[in-house]
Amino acid sequence: MEYILIIIGAVFVNNIVLAQFLGICPFIGVSSKVSTSAGMSGAVMFVMTLATVVTYLIYTYILVPFEITFLQTISYILVIAALVQMVEIILKKVSPALYQALGIFLPLITTNCAVLGVALLTVQKDLNLLQGVVFAIANAIGFGLAIILFAGIREHLELMGVPKGMQGAPVALITAGILALAFMGFAGLV
Amino acid sequence: MSQWKNFTKGFIKENPVFVLLLGLCPTLGVTTSAINGMGMGLATTFVLVSSNVVVSLIKNAIPDKVRIPSFIVIIASFVTIVQLVMEAYSPDLFAALGLFIPLIVVNCIVMGRAEAFASKKGVLSSLIDGLGMGLGFTFALTLLGAVREILGAGAIFGHAFIKGDGMLLFVLAPGAFLGLGYLIALSNLLKKNE
Repeated sequence: MEYILIIIGAVFVNNIVLAQFLGICPFIGVSSKVSTSAGMSGAVMFVMTLATVVTYLIYTYILVPFEITFLQTISYILVIAALVQMVEIILKKVSPALYQALGIFLPLITTNCAVLGVALLTVQKDLNLLQGVVFAIANAIGFGLAIILFAGIREHLELMGVPKGMQGAPVALITAGILALAFMGFAGLV
Repeated sequence: MSQWKNFTKGFIKENPVFVLLLGLCPTLGVTTSAINGMGMGLATTFVLVSSNVVVSLIKNAIPDKVRIPSFIVIIASFVTIVQLVMEAYSPDLFAALGLFIPLIVVNCIVMGRAEAFASKKGVLSSLIDGLGMGLGFTFALTLLGAVREILGAGAIFGHAFIKGDGMLLFVLAPGAFLGLGYLIALSNLLKKNE
């Protein structure tokens, strides 16, 4: 039950993109096609889950025992950057097909603040390792849901007559606003 | 004269938020009021100026292959300084900005300026560039924060000028997207008329 609450909370109620404003850059940047958005969400889920596990272990077994928790930000970002590199190298060797699918999105993920954000939130919310993993996967699903929905809308938006000053970013942001408004309907569910 | 241009380009012509669309996460996340926007902007400005200066100072000592990780470490050190100072001296603002303070590390503006400007230019130019870009970012955040505060709460910098409630929508999440969308549309319009 506890895990179901974490999942519903992270996917719908506190959606990472539309309610917490994390990972806006890929949300606006790579959402022009549904297929690329799906690839991006797959890569994010992979890295986000791994990063949460590794940063959790580092926090609990290195930073806390040595009382150096003020190094949290520095160590987390280094771990994530190294992890992304490593995943890229391993994937290239082990599964070229998956690398083909996720490859171009992997380097972009280092600067995706959703990954660092979820790792930090896991500590802030005092979750244990298993809860942290569920939380990371649920947030990645929430990210995927938001970006794929948004890409679907944007594909249609391409065909619409948008006023000149509103073309590009402005109309995308306003669409995202209306999507966020729809997600507010989930408020109070958990 | 060229330094003056270097300083002012961040405000309008190359404004990081309205024109370059960088650093949108904090822009949308913390601008529930003008004062929060300004606090976030100034914190980012400090990190931007310091990291620009340090990167520019040691640019010749960093091997080309490890420059991105080195930049990340430099930026993360200054972010940690901001985090600790803000927690000690203005805990209210620290609580309001929350997660977005450590997330300055992944703000694309900071990394972007280090890579595109500070790693190539002299110390003084980098300092001025960081200050200009940072203040341009602060300007954008304060403006968006003020718009949302005026429409959402009928107040500006915490001083209420309308009795009763405003449009709550603008303080909540959707208002951030809508507000920024219309502000960028406005800036596009102004640019076209120039």
